[in-house]
Amino acid sequence: MTTDRTAGESPDESPDVSPDVSPDVSRRLYELMALMKAADDRLSKGIASGEFLCVYWPPRGQEAIAAAMGVCLRPDDRLVTTYRGLHDLIGKGVPLVEIYGELMGRQVGASRGKGGTMHIARPESGVMLSTGIVGAGPPVAVGLAMAAQRKGLDRVTVVSFGDGATNTGSFHEAANMAALWDLPMVLLCQNNLYAEMTPTEHTMKIEHVADRAKGYGMPGVRVDGNDPLAVLSALTDAVNRARSGGGPTLLECVTFRFRGHYFGDPMAYIPPEQMAAAVAADPVPRFRSRLVAQGLYSEHELDDIDVAAAAAVEEALATVMAAPVPPSDELDRDVYGNPQNCPV
Amino acid sequence: MTMREALNLALDQALAADERVFLLGEDIADPGASGPTKGLSTKYGVDRVLDTPISEAAIAGAAIGAAMEGFLPVAEIMIMDFIGIAADQIINHAAKLRFMTGGRTTAPITVRTQVYGGLGTGATHAQSLEAWFMHIPGLKVIVPSTPRDGKGLLTSAIFDPDPCIFVETIRLQSQRGMVPVDPGFSIPLGEADIKKPGRDVTLIGYGRGVVEALGAAAVLEQDGVSAEVLDLRTLLPLDVPAMVESVRRTKRAVVVHDAVEFAGPGAEVAAILQRELFGELAAPVERVGARFVPNPAPPVLEAQVYPNADRIVAAVQRTLARGTSTVGGHG
Repeated sequence: MTTDRTAGESPDESPDVSPDVSPDVSRRLYELMALMKAADDRLSKGIASGEFLCVYWPPRGQEAIAAAMGVCLRPDDRLVTTYRGLHDLIGKGVPLVEIYGELMGRQVGASRGKGGTMHIARPESGVMLSTGIVGAGPPVAVGLAMAAQRKGLDRVTVVSFGDGATNTGSFHEAANMAALWDLPMVLLCQNNLYAEMTPTEHTMKIEHVADRAKGYGMPGVRVDGNDPLAVLSALTDAVNRARSGGGPTLLECVTFRFRGHYFGDPMAYIPPEQMAAAVAADPVPRFRSRLVAQGLYSEHELDDIDVAAAAAVEEALATVMAAPVPPSDELDRDVYGNPQNCPV
Repeated sequence: MTMREALNLALDQALAADERVFLLGEDIADPGASGPTKGLSTKYGVDRVLDTPISEAAIAGAAIGAAMEGFLPVAEIMIMDFIGIAADQIINHAAKLRFMTGGRTTAPITVRTQVYGGLGTGATHAQSLEAWFMHIPGLKVIVPSTPRDGKGLLTSAIFDPDPCIFVETIRLQSQRGMVPVDPGFSIPLGEADIKKPGRDVTLIGYGRGVVEALGAAAVLEQDGVSAEVLDLRTLLPLDVPAMVESVRRTKRAVVVHDAVEFAGPGAEVAAILQRELFGELAAPVERVGARFVPNPAPPVLEAQVYPNADRIVAAVQRTLARGTSTVGGHG
């Protein structure tokens, strides 16, 4: 049941597959990837220089997966993501001001600044949960998918998590339930080769996360997570399957994380040669080169996209930095729906 | 009817009244069901009374996800000792979603669970762990002592906008009492109830502690001591005004619960009473809870762990002995 769509041992060496996507889709993928990268680069610059301070778990390097999701999913499809969710949130359509606003603790944030980096939700965009607890997303996604099934809606729930999450009990419980009840879900593993600071070969006996799918009775698919077209193709299959009542899929997208677990991570545990190879396979410049090589877009046209992304990021940041911090009465707000006789 | 039947009726009427309500948990559908869910899958179908794998984290998580989409799920964690496996979902997600998302998502779930203490089941199938959840902003914690309260409080919990931990007590499930069968009957969360009025001391309890307190009150009555029994019914929200009102009259308080005494719910009750009534109290607030040991399996030992009338009477006598005013004196 497991399909390995990567070419060999290292997915980064696999040839770029070219599924039948229109130039417009390729352009949209690049726009999203450029915006995700620009949003990350600006945060990195700002935190490193002391311009502003926020806690941040950077997804730099994982953009291809989130861009494919952004193209593939409908606005009403559900997403559950994690603390490393900047790219996923952008892909699913959360406005940058609401994301940055949460990182910086400003009232313009998705949660009026109270949730912080790890806890961003925006149901209007289908983003129901970002969790700070590794492995906690899949059980909630089960409930979201159950709700769609019960309401007779053809919406799909995608739950995004890392390789580390697949070692938790709650992942196992949820995967079993999802398969058992044929839930309209995609379990999207962004395998960035490290669970916090520990490499996957030290945390699991098997080589491929996708192989775990067989144990639950669902298809497992492994793709090059640095190739947006490969992810888009596999994700589209999984989403269509879920939408048509065929049940869940475990989709493993093999990728890399350039900035370590948290921003400021010294990354002493990453061998220099692995980092060098990963940088050489950086999905954003790689996809850019490919679009140019295929004659789809000129360097100049893609430069314009990069400039527009950087400008959008600057504008969002300026809006956020000018916005007020939450007033003290936010402390007692939204603790309860009905706070009668609850402690304050 | 029995507590079990009263809870069954609350679930039955909620399922009938509102399509958003569904139940999920281990062995809750017929023919495997034996507790308060018995008969409900036959009546409403297995889509609405859903047997799950033995997966407590996913049971709680699934309830949360469905609740975020507008459902009112009632999840069952069969025995409270198993709730640790679901704790991340309850503590880090259900409790905090509303706050963390600025009200954009909420998890109005009800988690029903049962305390098995007193059945000889040993240390991992006996615990009263309600204090854990009292410590989490965003949750509500409910422990009924009578069939009437059970029905009224469970109905409120199911339709409450906040996540509720509804703690049932196996030793109370067969206890009988009068129960309004009207589907509109409910008891608001956060309202304590005087189960027996009295003058000389207030016995404050919840769940099975109320039953033991009533037994102790009967014994004390024979000794000329008039004990009031105040049933908290919900630990969070906590009816502080009712506690203070009662103890202001009696000037003495003993808190009774099956949870471990040390750092148990009684500690919060005692602290509040002493803050609110310092100078008016005739004696320090006493607590009678389970002893600070893992629950033993042998009945002869287990009987020594939980509060009983003798231990409560002894605690009352300590408050009377240390008191500065006389029993029955009101001035």
